Amino acid sequence: MSDKIVAPAEAGAAAAEGATQSPAAPASAGATDAAPTRPMNMIQAINSALDVMMGRDDNIVVMGEDVGFFGGVFKATEHLQAKYGKTRVFDTPITELGIIGVAVGMCTYGLRPVPEIQFADYIYPALDQLVSEAARLRYRSAGEYTAPMTVRSPFGGGIFGGQTHSQSPEGIFTHVAGLKTVVPSNPYDAKGLLIASIEDNDPVIFFEPKRIYNGPFDGHYDRPVTPWARHPLSAVPEGYYKIPLGKAAVVREGEAVTILCYGTMVHVATGVVADTGVDAEIIDLRTLVPLDIETIEASVKKTGRCVVVHEATKTSGFGAELSALVQERCFYALEAPVERVTGWDTPYPHSLEWAYFPGPVRLSRAIEKVLEA
Amino acid sequence: MAEGARRNLPPLSLHVPEPKFRPGDAVDYADFDRGEAGAVARPPIDADPATMREHSYSLVRVLDDEGRAVGPWDPRLEPERVVAMLRHMALTRAYDDRLYRAQRQGKTSFYMKCTGEEATSIAAAHALHRDDMCFPSYRQQGLLIARNWSLVDMMCQVYSNRADRLKGRQMPIMYSAKEASFFSISGNLATQYPQAVGFAMASAARGDTRIAAAWCGEGSTAEGDFHSACTFASVYRAPVILNVINNQWAISSFSGFAGAENTTFAARAIGYGIAGLRVDGNDALAVYAATEWAADRARANAGPTLIEFFTYRAEGHSTSDDPTKYRSAEENVKWPLGDPIARLKQHLILIGAWDEERHAAMDKEVAEQVRAAQKEAEAQGILADGLLQHPFETMFEDVFEEQPWHLKEQSRQMLDERKKAGI
Repeated sequence: MSDKIVAPAEAGAAAAEGATQSPAAPASAGATDAAPTRPMNMIQAINSALDVMMGRDDNIVVMGEDVGFFGGVFKATEHLQAKYGKTRVFDTPITELGIIGVAVGMCTYGLRPVPEIQFADYIYPALDQLVSEAARLRYRSAGEYTAPMTVRSPFGGGIFGGQTHSQSPEGIFTHVAGLKTVVPSNPYDAKGLLIASIEDNDPVIFFEPKRIYNGPFDGHYDRPVTPWARHPLSAVPEGYYKIPLGKAAVVREGEAVTILCYGTMVHVATGVVADTGVDAEIIDLRTLVPLDIETIEASVKKTGRCVVVHEATKTSGFGAELSALVQERCFYALEAPVERVTGWDTPYPHSLEWAYFPGPVRLSRAIEKVLEA
Repeated sequence: MAEGARRNLPPLSLHVPEPKFRPGDAVDYADFDRGEAGAVARPPIDADPATMREHSYSLVRVLDDEGRAVGPWDPRLEPERVVAMLRHMALTRAYDDRLYRAQRQGKTSFYMKCTGEEATSIAAAHALHRDDMCFPSYRQQGLLIARNWSLVDMMCQVYSNRADRLKGRQMPIMYSAKEASFFSISGNLATQYPQAVGFAMASAARGDTRIAAAWCGEGSTAEGDFHSACTFASVYRAPVILNVINNQWAISSFSGFAGAENTTFAARAIGYGIAGLRVDGNDALAVYAATEWAADRARANAGPTLIEFFTYRAEGHSTSDDPTKYRSAEENVKWPLGDPIARLKQHLILIGAWDEERHAAMDKEVAEQVRAAQKEAEAQGILADGLLQHPFETMFEDVFEEQPWHLKEQSRQMLDERKKAGI
């Protein structure tokens, strides 16, 4: 895959060979067509990715509930219908199975649909079309038919969405052979990963942590939100670039403990490390399938300790897979049992949201625990 | 009386449908109104669906009991075309008989025949362009045969052998043939319905001329996919033909469990505001005419059509069930719409384009054609011998375009384990 990388901030050997340090100032990197940059939040970066790709490839269509004239309930598809027309950006009936089923048929024709599922909580009616159809089509037809679609969906809690607007169902999709699952954590990655997902010839589930659409939320819900503009990764090239799927980012290098996280939890982890001063290595997985196992393995073998963080429920969550992989590959390097910090095994509660959300207090305690062992 | 029930109200009762006939019952179809051949009007192809409600409850029939083609739906085909359809139907039946026997001989795991339903695929395929995209269920082998697809290729799939293009990954009969515009078959029901609509929408959005057609059974019209597909087809006026093969039985469940006691399947179209037709599925000329009408309508940007083909599944659902255990054997014998091959043969003889000698010769030829194909396919292996299957590591291919590390690792692990175990 490395030969296709056109990530300006990561040009050179680092991007091709393994984990990449997220760039402090992507604008300074060399690529020509991606520059110049401008500050973007996550929504603007996603909108920019869709705009850039629709301009490059007529086969890309965007569809979903309210994505057309209105531009989406989170405004991720704003202005696209006016620019590209109603046959390329259009509203759909409220049937998620229909949206994904129709997208499979469009793939069969030769299009590359980017359907939006308005909230990840609404994706379950589409499971059969995703699991039994899109994910299996290449395999069952031995490559005659494929489903190069990217299913975008806002996910995660922290917005008082209750049990039907807060879930993190990534573990359902990482369990399915034939699907790729991507979770960006900042505007720069969101655009680069979305472009890579759209260009990928396999179906990609692209979960957008909606709590960080407008700022890098660190879990301190009682403090004012920091806007993206103050974060270096809000400097997003206006043009085309991509971040390869399957490559994690080492957000912070450290020696004491490895923190494996993605999405909103990257910022919770960053905040905890800043507050406590622990010398942790924070790895933003960015892609869950395919997973960057080399970066994980190298880090845990170095630190000997590992904490896995995600917002989804604990039992059979993706953290269980991460924990098992670390145990299988790094057992003799481990100084302590792997800790998991996750949402509780309950539906996402409305009023008790912050007791459910795996925030700084719980993560700090878990880090202390693995460091004490 | 249930605890808590109110004494002054009559108890509720639950209706659980029951078919009219069970094993051993005498069958009487006296209350089935098949209508007269030629009696149903043929609307213009751009007719407003609101003016077509009667077409969801009547039955479009062209061939009468004597074999005459009558009425406005007579497609007026050249005899050569009708003979070609007859031949494709006979070839399909011979193919089915041969492979059913192969399964019974233990050469493969599973088989499904389409006996009695041949017209619903073959006449439809003849009325479509070859590059119109077909999204079939598992009982439309007739589409491939009508598009002159290689029998050997189909058989290699059924045998999951070394020459199976699908690398032994799919159960028998779940073909895929992109060159014949035939979509990969899913074992999950009606999933192909919204997919067909999506293909049609894409073709329309790109200003193309190809249309799409989907097939499902009456039983699977209960799936959400069917209804989502109808909604999308209606909303975007997609150039698609949605065929429901009402063969009366979904494994052992009669059509009543999909709602047939209360309405027709064609009438589902009325609620969606799309054109609906109910057609004698054992009348190849009626199938051709209805498909041609719907295709012309789609090509004229006049919208989708839902067609219920009324037919009868003359055999079991598959090699895995015994129909004598749940329905009366007399049903097939007394089926009031006859057999599609016998009826088309009668018509061709009546118009002087065919005779018993030619028919007997054709039967012999198609049987020989199937026998020869089977010999060639079996030379590439059968499922039962396990010798000429695809190499083990192919199991890990085509999950993704590029094989990620975890599949490479698992592939190596499997080969190592087999080697160490001496297998």
